[in-house]
Amino acid sequence: MLIIWVIVLTSKQLTKISKANLLNDENARGIIFQALLLCAIGVGLYWLIDNTVTNLDNQGKSLGFDFLSSTAGFQISQTFGTWLLDYEVGQSTYWDVYLIGIANTFLVAILGIIAATVIGFTMGIMRLSNNIIFKSFATTYIEVLRNVPILLQLFFWYFAVLRAMPSKREKFELIPDVAGLNITGLYLPAPVPEQGFGVVFLALLFNVPLVFFLRLWAKRKQEQTGQFIPIFWLSAAILILIPTVVYFVMGSPLSWEFPEFKDTGPMLRRGYQSGLGMLVVPEMLAVWFALSLYTAAFIAEIVRAGILAVSKGQTEAASALGLRPNFTLRLVVIPQALRVIIPPLTSQYLNITKNSSLAVAIAYPELVSVFAGTALNQVGKEIEMIFMMMMVYLTFSLLTAAFMNWYNSKVKLIER
Amino acid sequence: MIRRTILSAAAGIAMFATGANAATTLEAVKAKGFVQCGVSQGLPGFSNADDSGNWTGIDVDLCRAVAAAIFGDGSKVKFSPLSAKQRFTALGSGEIDILSRNTTWTMTRDTQLGLNFAGVNYYDGQGMMVPAGLGVKSATELDGANICTNTGTTTELNITDYFRANNMSFNLVAFEKADEVVAAYDAGRCDVYTTDRSGLAAQRTKLTNPDAHLVLPEIISKEPLGPVVRQGDDQWFNIVRWTLNALINAEEMGITKANAKSRLAGTENPAIKRLLGGEGKFGEELGLSNDWALNAITAVGNYGESYEANVGPNTPLKLDRGVNALWNKGGILYAAPIR
Repeated sequence: MLIIWVIVLTSKQLTKISKANLLNDENARGIIFQALLLCAIGVGLYWLIDNTVTNLDNQGKSLGFDFLSSTAGFQISQTFGTWLLDYEVGQSTYWDVYLIGIANTFLVAILGIIAATVIGFTMGIMRLSNNIIFKSFATTYIEVLRNVPILLQLFFWYFAVLRAMPSKREKFELIPDVAGLNITGLYLPAPVPEQGFGVVFLALLFNVPLVFFLRLWAKRKQEQTGQFIPIFWLSAAILILIPTVVYFVMGSPLSWEFPEFKDTGPMLRRGYQSGLGMLVVPEMLAVWFALSLYTAAFIAEIVRAGILAVSKGQTEAASALGLRPNFTLRLVVIPQALRVIIPPLTSQYLNITKNSSLAVAIAYPELVSVFAGTALNQVGKEIEMIFMMMMVYLTFSLLTAAFMNWYNSKVKLIER
Repeated sequence: MIRRTILSAAAGIAMFATGANAATTLEAVKAKGFVQCGVSQGLPGFSNADDSGNWTGIDVDLCRAVAAAIFGDGSKVKFSPLSAKQRFTALGSGEIDILSRNTTWTMTRDTQLGLNFAGVNYYDGQGMMVPAGLGVKSATELDGANICTNTGTTTELNITDYFRANNMSFNLVAFEKADEVVAAYDAGRCDVYTTDRSGLAAQRTKLTNPDAHLVLPEIISKEPLGPVVRQGDDQWFNIVRWTLNALINAEEMGITKANAKSRLAGTENPAIKRLLGGEGKFGEELGLSNDWALNAITAVGNYGESYEANVGPNTPLKLDRGVNALWNKGGILYAAPIR
């Protein structure tokens, strides 16, 4: 590929070369130095690759991805990923381990992004509030959390959460017989879809485009006639009421599996029974808390900056036009603030994904922990496995960035 | 514990460096005037530095014994604290002369890393610790347990194998570093903490109430720990191997730090005379003086003395001799004879 590049460059510029001293010619000089740089890069790459291959050869190792299909002989902490892939020691392969790592990383990243956005926007708006209590609370929150390293916060949340919990053979019931928690995690009822639940799900899916078109129609109507059609309650009714009706028509095709607590029997079997209900492990909670609270502090400042960036004249002009305050906020201030908020917000979202790799420190089985830790240690394919791992973070980051850029292009100022 | 490490390019470079060493290790050591010894970054009982920087432990004693065998002075040794990842690279590159860092002897390491294990100075194995209040007396009662351990070691594999072999279920919580494992176990996150038994003994001292926990009798893996040298220098390999053998033989013959000199003067026992240099030229065969073993023993004591002082029942680690007792006292410690 490099060579092709050189040829293209050369053929483009050759025509312009004069017959004078080559080094005095701007075009020729450009080509010469580009070529030299390319050579240097090529030699550097060759040196790196040759070294790697030689060294691997010396150790009797080879490059390859065959290991992915061999079975993994170690247990992984029960989490979303192991549930999703139905992990079983001696049956599941290293490829499954990879997917488990990805699933756990994504779960905590996505939950973190949602929570950090909600908390961040709340804190950002609170810091701009005229209420002194709200304002000073938000200021303290932001200054404390964004100035303490994330790893320390992770340890703090993990050990704070652990120390505060009742022991494995005790429980703290949130809702008696339905949900409870102890040091082994948070136990919730798990939904079990039954025959016919697919129809309810379809009804829900079908309603989303319906609401979307309704909004589009209302907007067009308003643009054409100036008449404002309130559709919020109607959309809500479509989204909630229709699936609910379908749900009951189908005969309530969803049951719940409740966690079960035993305080008799063998000592180690007491406590919440494994495999019943939904378990959220404390490691996951700690990572989620730490990531969202830490990132929220940064998002709060981004939101504050975005809102402050909208000049006061805009608000005043909107009220002069007779817009009510909530319309001023929704139609004038927020769209303009978003233009400032979205780009830095994107990089915060990327940070959450990347920082989730710190979870290895507190035993949350995400990608770095299970794949680059345990699995790498058994297989010893450093180059391949680190490469696979980098690809995951790269892909997820690029997808996030692509989505946010698309959103940014939608909200940015459209000049006519 | 087999701490398999990420050794990609580094180990390769180390191998080239090995070939480049023209002088023998012994000559190089004599020229610089001290032995450079690779140890852990702090494992009580094995190699641990106190507040004033003095290293103690059975791994440290072995290095001091080698220094004494060469120089007649056990203090002519310098220590390099190394992480599990750094250790083999440091040895291969010639940065250290001996690696004495609770390192498990495995076939892969012996054959693929350009290293040789000069012997075993501690027979370890993976064990399990539980809170005494649990009422568990054996690992076979651990069905359904939550288990805390380190990631990046074979510990996870061993424990999984053990539970599968015994048809028991368990949940594994694997941390990156030992400190967090101890903290989580102490907080009650897990019913069981598993790692090498020597590690359990050392980490137990960090718990809030060490006496409220007990180590179960089952040993689920073999972890022979010993000193390591570079491959390709047989003389140096022999010095380290026979220094270790001398310490073990000394215990067998009842020769101690205190009585070594008087035993040499007062004995007619040919085995003792050969060991302490009263008969034969065993030291010279190694490239050392004939009182090499005498010097090593007077510097650190025999194997048993070193064990009792560092990891034995009267230390915070409280480790019984167990398999590390002499072969004629119920253990498996058996040193080849000096003759």
